[in-house]
Amino acid sequence: MSDIKKIKDDYIDKLNKENNIEKVNNIKSELFGKNGIISNEFKKLGSISVEERKKLASDLNNIKDELQNKISIKIQEIETKEINLKLEKEKIDVTLPERDIEIGKIHPVSQVIDEISSIFSEIGFSVEEGPDVENEYNNFTALNTPDNHPARDMHDTFYLDNNKELLLRTHTSPVQVRTMLKGKPPFKIIAPGRTYRSDSDQTHAPMFHQVEGLHIDKNINMGHLKGCLNYFIKEFFEVDKIKMRFRPSHFPFTEPSAEVDIGYEIKNGKIVIGEGNKWLEILGCGMVHPNVLKNVNVNPSKYQGYAFGIGIDRLGMLKYGINDLRAFFETDYRWLSHFGFDPLDVPSNYRGLSR
Amino acid sequence: MKFTVDWLKNHLDTKFNNNQIIDKLTNIGLEVESFESTTSELDTFIVAKIINAKTHPNADRLKLCDVDIGSDKTIEVVCGAPNAKNGLLTVYAPPGSIIPKNQMKLSVSKIRGVTSYGMLCSESELLLSNESDGIIELKNNKYANKIGEKYFKNTSEKVIDLSITPNRPDCLGVRGIARDLSAAGAGKLKINKKSNLKYRGNQNINVTIKKEKAQGCTIFGSCLIKGVTNKESPKWLKDKILSLGQKPISAIVDITNYVMFDLNRPLHAYDADKIDNEIIVRSSSKGESFEALDNKKYILENDMCVISDRSGVLGLGGIIGGTRSGTEYSTKNILLESAYFLPRSIRKTSKQLNIDTDAKFRFERGIDPLSIEEGLIKASELIKQICGGEISNLDVKKIENYKKTIINFDPFLFEKTTGFNVENKELIKILEKLGFNVSKNKKILKLVVPSWRPDITQPIDIVEEIVRIKGYEHINISEPIKTRLKPTLNYYQKLFHFLQRSVASKGYLETVTWSFTDSKINQLFKENDEEIPIVNPISSDLNVLRNSIFPNLIFYLKKNLDRGIKDISLFEIGPSFKGKNPGDQLTVIGAVRAGKVSRLSWNDKERIVDTFDVKKDVIQSLYEAGINKDDIIIDDITPSYYHPGKSGGVYQNKKEKNAIAYFGEIHPNIIKKLDIKTEGLVIFEICLDYIKESKQKIKDSKSEYKFSDYQKSERDFAFIINKNFKSQELVNIIKSVDNKLIKSVRVFDVFEGENIPEGKKSIAVNVTIQSEEKTLNENDLDNINTLIISSVESKSGAKIRS
Repeated sequence: MSDIKKIKDDYIDKLNKENNIEKVNNIKSELFGKNGIISNEFKKLGSISVEERKKLASDLNNIKDELQNKISIKIQEIETKEINLKLEKEKIDVTLPERDIEIGKIHPVSQVIDEISSIFSEIGFSVEEGPDVENEYNNFTALNTPDNHPARDMHDTFYLDNNKELLLRTHTSPVQVRTMLKGKPPFKIIAPGRTYRSDSDQTHAPMFHQVEGLHIDKNINMGHLKGCLNYFIKEFFEVDKIKMRFRPSHFPFTEPSAEVDIGYEIKNGKIVIGEGNKWLEILGCGMVHPNVLKNVNVNPSKYQGYAFGIGIDRLGMLKYGINDLRAFFETDYRWLSHFGFDPLDVPSNYRGLSR
Repeated sequence: MKFTVDWLKNHLDTKFNNNQIIDKLTNIGLEVESFESTTSELDTFIVAKIINAKTHPNADRLKLCDVDIGSDKTIEVVCGAPNAKNGLLTVYAPPGSIIPKNQMKLSVSKIRGVTSYGMLCSESELLLSNESDGIIELKNNKYANKIGEKYFKNTSEKVIDLSITPNRPDCLGVRGIARDLSAAGAGKLKINKKSNLKYRGNQNINVTIKKEKAQGCTIFGSCLIKGVTNKESPKWLKDKILSLGQKPISAIVDITNYVMFDLNRPLHAYDADKIDNEIIVRSSSKGESFEALDNKKYILENDMCVISDRSGVLGLGGIIGGTRSGTEYSTKNILLESAYFLPRSIRKTSKQLNIDTDAKFRFERGIDPLSIEEGLIKASELIKQICGGEISNLDVKKIENYKKTIINFDPFLFEKTTGFNVENKELIKILEKLGFNVSKNKKILKLVVPSWRPDITQPIDIVEEIVRIKGYEHINISEPIKTRLKPTLNYYQKLFHFLQRSVASKGYLETVTWSFTDSKINQLFKENDEEIPIVNPISSDLNVLRNSIFPNLIFYLKKNLDRGIKDISLFEIGPSFKGKNPGDQLTVIGAVRAGKVSRLSWNDKERIVDTFDVKKDVIQSLYEAGINKDDIIIDDITPSYYHPGKSGGVYQNKKEKNAIAYFGEIHPNIIKKLDIKTEGLVIFEICLDYIKESKQKIKDSKSEYKFSDYQKSERDFAFIINKNFKSQELVNIIKSVDNKLIKSVRVFDVFEGENIPEGKKSIAVNVTIQSEEKTLNENDLDNINTLIISSVESKSGAKIRS
């Protein structure tokens, strides 16, 4: 017994002083290898009396456990130390820049179109489109603006032929005509898109964007028109209260017609929508003229409804504080980066219109 | 349409103040553009204070003054006045001011090497006195709080400027505006005084309206006024003309203009002695000409309505008079014309000759055909009053009688359209005040439309009249009806949305450029499409519709490169035009990428952007938009603006007629021609219209989820193959050896040169093999290997590399 006790104490002592993992492993085989000290002690058990054997076996087992335990602790200890040492050497400067981030942007016009579509989608409108090149009939005549009508002067039109038969649409209203001609009432659509007028200065661009709205059913009246636009403007500008004013106006394709102003004030050099005593004109609208309905084979004594046209670029300018319309179309990389939107920032009702 | 409140009050008895009138006008559809004093040249002169006056560095007698003009910064002014001193209040004229004494316009100028912004004024320069020895000294107690304010009070009356919509010719006269206001409760329309004009003698210049098919005149009224003395207009009349923003000419001309703006009744005065015998109203013949009052000579086409005499054309009826019969100060006898011209004829002629006058503007919108006499009488009275003379009987010739417009109106239409109700009594009152004659037939109102309202022809017009006068604020807001008739977006609209945002997410900035472009650049990209010129382009470098998105994108790319931006990724989604008819257009994404990847990176090697960068962008975007990546086929036939060896076309499923996308380097010739300076330029385009909609929605097209847990093996092969053999084909050959067992084939090395024969290349592929039924043993794998090698060798002529 004292022999093995001594062996144990010696080896515990040795292990305590040891810091090399290989040497610990050597100790392990010295003790527990095929001819290891402890292994040999176990072998001796067969040659002694049963009584002694019992005692010695128990002692041996205890010592074996103790030593094995000590060895595994020691190994772990050394490994941890080595890893820590290695980690210390592997320290890098994490403040160095990351690999280049690819930052793309969505143009404000596209973002605003998506916002508008999202809002109108909530109240059941679907999106229609029409071609940029139109014939004279769809752009003017069908919309109750016959040739020689002074209202044609309000649109400086780009023509594609000398007979003035083919033109670039001056508004999105011809989409109304196309939609109604190819379908049957009721109709409930918006039509965003490019529009063109040969006009160019600080506040006018030869190309701009409009969204047309059209709702035709049996009993749609001006109250619905007001309700729809009131809803839209509140949602679009993301304000609880909006000051809105309907003013009588004239468009050949609607009657009665109105222009809509919203209230605003200038705060710290910025336009704030919804409050204040100043009025800003933002759209034109009205009840679709019976002549237009007749032109598209809709019976005006059975069906009626409203239409509106909104300048998309202008809405975007107001909402996002952009001053210069021309800059929308000048592809200045710096401007696009500044005013553009993150591609994952998709306007939607549940997530919120803008972030 | 401009007028003063005073002028309005000639026709309207009102207790409304100016602001109430302004609001009312806007509320009834007569939009007020502005309400302000006419600007005066004296407005620019403002009260200022000299903060610091020091001696001019280069001239002893001049002073350099820091002047407070009421803004954030002081202004530096050079001044020669001996009395200029610190703290003096005086009058400052900024650059652009016109000095009353000499009518000189001030500009920013250097005086002895120092820039002077404007000038400090003496009394003599402002014509206040002859005092010219020094600048004005203003009294402290009166002017100390007025720094920055105008020195001269603007005494002119404020002018209302209305924007009149084209349907309202009646409101192109002050009386019409007064009538609308009275209907809206803003006062009472004054009754025109009955004229007690005495007429003497007949209008003895014979007038004939020729009965012609194209005759543009239906009524011609006139009178002679003999023995007038034409002169400068009296002050009240001059003021009226000035308030319109026009220049007074002579009493006779001013009076005809005044009546036009007062009653919306254009008139024309001829010097009667210059008329050759008679007046003939007829259609012109091509080639006739005359000199008009705008001092231009016009050569006429056929069928323009002219007023002529025996010698030829005197003027264009309702548009502009001629110099030959114009009135002058020496004019003694005048013929006054008050006629009715057809809007269509006026518009056609004025468009052809490109003439715009106040008369033309009114006649083309429609003048009251029953206002002939009223106009003659009002003008004659004024002429007699100011210029004297004797007035002949009125002569009115007509070839057509005015027909009343009658509308049967069911008041229910009003509520049906507007959503609110107005009592019949009120409704009738509004209409009567607007000049309608109303009679009742049971529930239906029989309405006689006033002759000055050519715009009113049907019941909906009546609804508009009532609702605008009643006020749009009475329309109730109905909550939006949320019923949906069909889905918000169709497949292609969704595709547009997905592709737009997936391309942007690859680091591209979206831009929006004109749908038109420069034909010279378009030429490089239009391929076989027809050029689509714009007849009236906004400028010569935007003269055609774009046949491709690239002309504009490349143009703006160059601009941004010139700004010193080196790494650029831009794209646009929009129309590209294939022909000039409606619908001949495709929706296309065009994208450009220039510069380097990992520029100035501390850890990655920088490299020029290349074809495989844009290939990744285009394939990933298509995949994200729902196109199955495994179905995509690439070939190397591309439009001529691509580098022929470094570009590819993308097809969906199998090779269809049209590629859904192209990608690659741009042709070096184009880079040279457009002088684009960049390290690298690659582009891609996607044509949305060529993408085929999947027949199944995603909810129906998801296949059963299957996977294999048996061990998979990977094997590498290297083949020596013809240089032009496409890797895509090699991969397909290998896959087709056993579609079930071969899970994937990945090209991991391509090599040419050393140890590879001329005209050949080495392609190394990694093949993953896995069974869904068992673990493959060495024998199985060897079989597959042998099959792969033999298939490739026999189908492609390749040799396995040993």
